[in-house]
Amino acid sequence: MIFVKVGAVILITAVIVAAFLTPPPLTAMASGGDASRLFYFHVPMAQVSFLSFMVAAAFAIAYLRTRAAAHDRVAATSAELGMIFSVVAMITGSLWAKQAWGAYWNWDPRQLFLFALVLFYGAFFALRQATVNVEARRRLSAVYLIFGGAISPLLFFVLPRLYRSLHEDANQVVTAAATKPTMSAQVAVVFVTSTIGFLLLYLWLLQLGTAAARIHEEIGMREAKS
Amino acid sequence: MTEIWAIFGKDVRTEYRTRYAVNALFLFALVTLTALSFATGGAGISPLLAAVFFWVILFFSALSSLAQTFVKETETKTELFLKLTAPDDAVFFGKWGFNLLLIVLLEIVLTPLFVVMLNVTMTHWGIWITTLLLGGIGLVSTTTLLGALIAAANVRGALFSVLAFPVLLPLLVTAIRVCEVCLGGRSETATGDAFLVLGAYAVISTTAGWLLFPFVWRD
Repeated sequence: MIFVKVGAVILITAVIVAAFLTPPPLTAMASGGDASRLFYFHVPMAQVSFLSFMVAAAFAIAYLRTRAAAHDRVAATSAELGMIFSVVAMITGSLWAKQAWGAYWNWDPRQLFLFALVLFYGAFFALRQATVNVEARRRLSAVYLIFGGAISPLLFFVLPRLYRSLHEDANQVVTAAATKPTMSAQVAVVFVTSTIGFLLLYLWLLQLGTAAARIHEEIGMREAKS
Repeated sequence: MTEIWAIFGKDVRTEYRTRYAVNALFLFALVTLTALSFATGGAGISPLLAAVFFWVILFFSALSSLAQTFVKETETKTELFLKLTAPDDAVFFGKWGFNLLLIVLLEIVLTPLFVVMLNVTMTHWGIWITTLLLGGIGLVSTTTLLGALIAAANVRGALFSVLAFPVLLPLLVTAIRVCEVCLGGRSETATGDAFLVLGAYAVISTTAGWLLFPFVWRD
């Protein structure tokens, strides 16, 4: 665990410094010039938000198989982190989009995916809070996570391709940004470091959040007893 | 198979006696369509806008009544009886069949009304019907599972559309694009791909719904 914590702090600090010291990764005007430094933060955060969704769905499956409360805690915590990461990815993404494409929000397929993810997490927490019975809450929210997880590949992998063929004119802009120019070695090093850094940060927060959820549940149980 | 038919038949009969879901579904769709037709005042609207209108009407009327099949069982306290007498798969597919019947009926009624009241020109009937069929199956599979989930969670109404919207988003986006083509929108080169997406959505949601249903239904 200490490796994860120290690693996350060192790598993310290094990336913050490197992102501002090195030249912007995409220099073309269409990619937003200086704003393209957001690449180092936006892309890893979007990746982590998708990963945390998959982790949550995996632990939801584990919960339905074993009915162990620990699995439910990991799934719920991972979903909470996914919500935070996807909101931050949405904000950084739209700041970058304003510079590169001229508008904060363009309904590009990737934006649609992040938006659906945020809505999904919102619905997930609404469902959890609305269900009073603890056992039912865990079971039903696990079902919802797995169902969402089964649908998500369509949004994440298939729709972007379909959109390109259906949405020719607007996609000129999108494709220009989506086909990344071959990364220089320097950019690649910073990007990979950033991805690992955010991954470690996610693991750290997941461990903290799960522990907090366990304590929260124990306090609730003791209060119910007394 | 006989059990599926039995549950399907029971739902159709009880629905025929009360006509609650049908009334809610059809009147909701009609009211929304009239409001839109009135608001646009018969002025020609773009194919994209018309396709969006159609799916918004279909989506919200479906959500207004499709959860009813399970909520009804809870309200009339017949849920336990159904759990004791019928296997899970039969319950899921019986309810699924009933919901599909409702949606297909709604689509059959809504399409001509839509063409007349919004004054649109349909250029590709075949594509339109295929889209409605594939989209309808995906819509029904998702709402059947989530309807059971809503009934089990004892939360009604508003939460249903909140839960359904994010998972139905790929279906809605794709269906709107194809329907736009049917109403004379852009070229039809990619409808094959869109059918694949709608078909994949229907298969995934039906399989996932069928596999997950026992976990919702049994506590």
